[in-house]
Amino acid sequence: MRRYFGRKIAVYISTFFLAVTINWAIPRFMPGNPVMNILSRVAVRAEAAEAMYGYYTRAFGLDVPIWRQYINFWIALFHGDLGTSVLMFPQKVSTIIMRAVPYSIAILVPAILLSFYAGNKFGAFAARTKWLDNTVLPLGYLLTATPYMWLGILLAWSLGIVAGIFPIASAYGFNLAPSFSWIFIASLLKHWFLPFASLFIVMFGGWAIGMRNMIIYELEADYSHYLEALGAPRKLVRRYAFRNAILPQITGLALQLGVIVAGALVTEVVFSYPGLGYWILQAIQNQDYFLIQGCFLFIIIGVLIANFIIDIVYVVIDPRTRVGMVGGSA
Amino acid sequence: MIEQINIKKSEKIDKDKIPVIKQKKINEFIYFALRNTKLKVGLAVVLFFLLITFIGPLFTDYRWNAYIGPISQPPSAEYWLGTTTFGQDVYTQFVLGLRASFIVGVIGGGIATLIGIIIGFTAGYRGGMVDEGLNILTNIILVIPTFALLLIIAAYLKVRGIMTESIFIGFTAWPWAARAVRAQTFSLRSRDFVDLARLSGVKPLKIIFTEIAPNMMSYLLMTFILQFGGAILIAATLDFIGLGPTNTISLGLMMNYAVLWGALQFGVWWWFVPPGFAIMAIVGSLYIMNVGLDEVFNPKLREM
Repeated sequence: MRRYFGRKIAVYISTFFLAVTINWAIPRFMPGNPVMNILSRVAVRAEAAEAMYGYYTRAFGLDVPIWRQYINFWIALFHGDLGTSVLMFPQKVSTIIMRAVPYSIAILVPAILLSFYAGNKFGAFAARTKWLDNTVLPLGYLLTATPYMWLGILLAWSLGIVAGIFPIASAYGFNLAPSFSWIFIASLLKHWFLPFASLFIVMFGGWAIGMRNMIIYELEADYSHYLEALGAPRKLVRRYAFRNAILPQITGLALQLGVIVAGALVTEVVFSYPGLGYWILQAIQNQDYFLIQGCFLFIIIGVLIANFIIDIVYVVIDPRTRVGMVGGSA
Repeated sequence: MIEQINIKKSEKIDKDKIPVIKQKKINEFIYFALRNTKLKVGLAVVLFFLLITFIGPLFTDYRWNAYIGPISQPPSAEYWLGTTTFGQDVYTQFVLGLRASFIVGVIGGGIATLIGIIIGFTAGYRGGMVDEGLNILTNIILVIPTFALLLIIAAYLKVRGIMTESIFIGFTAWPWAARAVRAQTFSLRSRDFVDLARLSGVKPLKIIFTEIAPNMMSYLLMTFILQFGGAILIAATLDFIGLGPTNTISLGLMMNYAVLWGALQFGVWWWFVPPGFAIMAIVGSLYIMNVGLDEVFNPKLREM
């Protein structure tokens, strides 16, 4: 067990280290000076430009030797200092991100968990059922192939604009102030539903297809044939197959996290939902590099934590890994 | 979600031992390929869109960003797919965007497959420390959300083209391919015919290309198809968030502009429906084609 987690943690720490290094290196080693890049966007008078140049050079920490810059970068990071936003000027990047993260999590986590549960159940049910297989299979593949933002746009347009059932922008009504009242919560839920639904639908297709394919492999396995030969009911064989097939699906969830997060970011853009994706778009449009870098780092940390949680879940639900690991260390 | 199936599959095949392809089997594959509906339908859709990218631009005289007529026109005989809220021709944008998607798919998917193959072969064949090192590298790139990585790289590039985009996508999308190829190479490495070649003093590189690679050609082909589709999706996502090519149009950029410039509010559905639909159709068909190919190559999966 220790060896297993030791390895995993080593990979996560190296990943984090690499990510921070990339985050530090890209502005410095990309063609062109980052400070000039920023200043070329804002046309100002010469003396103002000079003052701004000085400010940004210090902000990037470009006025000290390169190794010193690297160490300073890490020190600032551990102080939670991700720089100051250009777009929302006096505000710290970390403040903006902290405000945005709950919204991102609110659509991501329920969408992932519910689609994983429903998709796997449905996929296992559809496998080797002739008519379901032939109709649902192509549909499921088309769903996984659907760009997240496109489904979001279609939902926003059809249910939001044409039918007028759901609002298509922001996280709550413009005339409301955040409070713990029914009106506010209802508004929150109403704004939450469409971004959640578009993530859920695309992922659902993916899990259903994955499970369907996995379970067909399991049903071809010797133990399934053996059970069938013994005259076990179809349902029982399925249950055994399902428990074997769910494991690679969980590994798959870990592998897919990056894609899912990317999907959530663009979905937020479609619905102007004030999570990380919305701020990334704003940052890109306004050349707010500190904000982009902060979001990048935050996404990496989030994905690494999620990966670690999945590792733990995997050990909990697969007794073989547990037994194997204990045996190995004993 | 498609990727992990392949990794799992490679583990499965690992156990079953990969059947060695003989020459006469090729004919059998063609026989089953011609009878596989999934393969035929998928291929037909992809070829249809490919055809549009080649002959589509012949039917338009406009540049994609030229203001050519009245704004927000629905599709008509004059403007086949209507016009944007600025009065640009949607059809022109669509065919050019389609071309961009295919380029990203071929180049990005191609690079990713190639890197995956090289790393997979090296790690699987050499084993030992090399394997260990490459494995750690693969795992690191695998857990990094590549989209975030692309985001930060693209944000600092002032001028972005389709080519740079494809290359970056290729360089970040290879890990699962490497893992799958490694698993297969690993199982083939200890087979008798490989041992025999090694004993006869054949060089490692030649063993890989003449003894190991031919036995997993079908698998490599399927890897490329999945990478192709994946690259198109990543590119569309990247373009949509405003980090697409700066000098041309793409399907993702069309959706980006449509959302930014009020296509939803004004009901200009002909601006945002075609690009997303094309991506869904192409990538979905690639996936379905992949299932078809799997059935052709793997007798166990053929319909009974």
